[in-house]
Amino acid sequence: MKRLLSGNEAVARGAWEAGCSVASGYPGTPSTEIMETFALYPNVYAEWAPNEKVGLDVAIGAAYAGKRAISTMKHVGLNVAADALFYVAMTGIEAGLVIVSADDPSMHSSQNEQDNRQYAKFSRIPCLDPSDSQDARDYAIAAFNLSEQFDTPVLLRLTTRVCHTSGAVEVSESQANLPEPGKYPRNPLKYVMIPANARQKHPVIEARIAEIAQFAENFELNRVEWRDTDLGIITGGIAYQYAREVFPSASILKLGMVYPLPKKLITDFAAKVKKVIVLEELDPFIEDQVRAIGVNLFLHSEHDSREYPMTKSIFPVFGELNPTIVRKAAKRAGLYNGEIQDSDWKVDVQLPPRPPTLCPGCPHRSSFYVLNKLKVPVNGDIGCYTLGVAPPLSTTDTCGCMGASIGVAHGASVAGDKERHVAVVGDSTFFHSGIAPLINVAYNKSNVITIIMDNRVTGMTGHQENPGTGKTLQNQETVSLDIQALVRACGITKVLTVEAYDVDLIEKTLRQWLKEDGPAVLITKEECALLPAARKRYISLEVTDQCNGCTVCFRIGCPAITKSAELDPKYNRPLAEIDAALCTGCEICAQVCPRDAILFRNQMISKAN
Amino acid sequence: MFSFPNLGINTPILNFLLVGVGGQGTILASNVLAELGLAFGHDVKKAEVHGMSQRGGSVISHVRWGEEVHSPIIAKGDVDILIAFEKLEALRFVDQLRPYGVIVINDHNITPVTVSSGNFIYPSDETIKEAIHEFTRRDYWVNGVKIAEELGNNKISNVVILGALCGLLNQDPESWFNLIAKKVPGKSLNINRAAFFQGISEIAKEH
Repeated sequence: MKRLLSGNEAVARGAWEAGCSVASGYPGTPSTEIMETFALYPNVYAEWAPNEKVGLDVAIGAAYAGKRAISTMKHVGLNVAADALFYVAMTGIEAGLVIVSADDPSMHSSQNEQDNRQYAKFSRIPCLDPSDSQDARDYAIAAFNLSEQFDTPVLLRLTTRVCHTSGAVEVSESQANLPEPGKYPRNPLKYVMIPANARQKHPVIEARIAEIAQFAENFELNRVEWRDTDLGIITGGIAYQYAREVFPSASILKLGMVYPLPKKLITDFAAKVKKVIVLEELDPFIEDQVRAIGVNLFLHSEHDSREYPMTKSIFPVFGELNPTIVRKAAKRAGLYNGEIQDSDWKVDVQLPPRPPTLCPGCPHRSSFYVLNKLKVPVNGDIGCYTLGVAPPLSTTDTCGCMGASIGVAHGASVAGDKERHVAVVGDSTFFHSGIAPLINVAYNKSNVITIIMDNRVTGMTGHQENPGTGKTLQNQETVSLDIQALVRACGITKVLTVEAYDVDLIEKTLRQWLKEDGPAVLITKEECALLPAARKRYISLEVTDQCNGCTVCFRIGCPAITKSAELDPKYNRPLAEIDAALCTGCEICAQVCPRDAILFRNQMISKAN
Repeated sequence: MFSFPNLGINTPILNFLLVGVGGQGTILASNVLAELGLAFGHDVKKAEVHGMSQRGGSVISHVRWGEEVHSPIIAKGDVDILIAFEKLEALRFVDQLRPYGVIVINDHNITPVTVSSGNFIYPSDETIKEAIHEFTRRDYWVNGVKIAEELGNNKISNVVILGALCGLLNQDPESWFNLIAKKVPGKSLNINRAAFFQGISEIAKEH
């Protein structure tokens, strides 16, 4: 029977069917649900690692020990895990190892849209690129087999649209029957990458990738769909779907394995069609390789090299594709004659945008409100609290990658920047890659003030457990990391943990620390307001007739506080109003109100009684 | 072929676009539609598009039924039925509709922070209706939140809207509700059932 599975669920399903029994990864959109789904299958071990590098090392360790293993991450996570990727590409494995990279074309929730197919070429390992959920399940299984057949890790590269699209998937109810692992390998020539061994290994992996390219000629995941031979399209991944949608009559060479490529299959296909094009998202990854083997791709005369750099002949190098973008580019190239619903078909009303914001009741809000008042430079990090950049809080000056905040602030400090820098980092990001830079702050004696916003969960990716929560991915009780003790152990002596909603205490503490010298760490602790336990505490607050529309509460940027239609009679400005459906009763607005015009929780309770 | 002559729909692939604000149950509704398509024997694709915020941001879900569905994303101007759980979002995505396409609108507004901060104005009901009528007259308004509130749970307006859609497409309510029942907590089954059937009768009133 077919099941409706997202691409992520399908990868988890395929891995389970392939007999994969160890999984380690770090949450990251759009990859997160792979681990969450896999963790629920019987007889598997699945864990959240503190970061992708650790996750990949763990999966490698399991594969060395003879168990099929998978490691999952978002595209930028593979940057963190790249060191591990490159050594395991050299050593190979005992049992199948699949590395899942979920790329994010159009950067729906990422800082860049790097094309991780490049990592396969860079590290000399094969890369599979599924185009829908059925592929995702099938390719996951194929990846494990390929891994063992060629003694190589395999990159299973997904994109947001594949990860987050659900489709019908034919599954098997049984798992692969795998042999029990033998004794742990004592094979230093293969597994100890000292220079002498590594030098031996490099030619081996070059030969391996050439061998896989030969295998690719008849690999079932690479297939030709013959239709009309006027136009032939070489494609892979999600772009295959757009090829079918926009060019229903074209012949297609679908590359399930996008690295290494089957040269003969490609040249034979190109020879049999009148015009041949490559349709792929992001980098000209297939296109460059196809050109390199001497295929003459169709190039239209009005090629605009600003929008479409010369390396890519027809379709844009940036952003996610969709049928409209593909049609427009194809029309310009003279390959599409149909009608396109164009931009003059649009609403003629100014639409208020709905940018992402900190949620009502978010415990991060108070710190950003204070930082905004203090006007200090803030080096931010990756997580919900990146939204501190949004107006009216407007309090984040830099944000680059996971764990960058503290190091970048330290850099400003040692460069002699006249302003005192504050680094802002969340609990999970601190565990991921914030500890080493904090050690650096202490060791190299800068005066960075770090705020660790501990909301007791990995928030932005949708509430995953982490080393601070006391629970594992598979819902086991475990130790809960003591952040304050860890910070002290890093060599920071000035540490304070406060309730994250306590606006006054946060302001008082930071003002004091800014007058003093030396590094300091403020831990603002409060559960994410969307966690079930926090939801039970919701009480909606109210604005009283003391409000005169002074606007201070609007500056906290809470979606639950709106300007009412009623105007203050004296100042003729809109009064504040609280949306009862959104308010959680966090009291940040009540604390900042200079006229005590917003009732606190206990006032609401006594009013109700 | 999907044929709904009273709605001007006659297409080999039926394209639903569901839009709302994070926290409104847009994803649950699209899951129900996708599962329904599969249960009816169609090929189905459902694509979710959501940004960084858990709450308060635009949530978009594409659901396509057909014999063989390729692109998960519906091309601009190819949406047969737009289901909007919020009025401003209805206006934001109405240009995705096929000419004279169908739009089902939850008559409810959620003020974006850009409005509460005073930088933008939330368009009036009149403006919204006029702008939508530039695209289609097949607009069906349902007071989902009011109905849900009267039933005692303002979170289930998405189920009212699904009921309205079921009524509009003249489908078998029981087969639809059976699927919804699998997706909602057991203790709230009765209230969801009431919401769903009230959605159906709302649409009957409009006809």
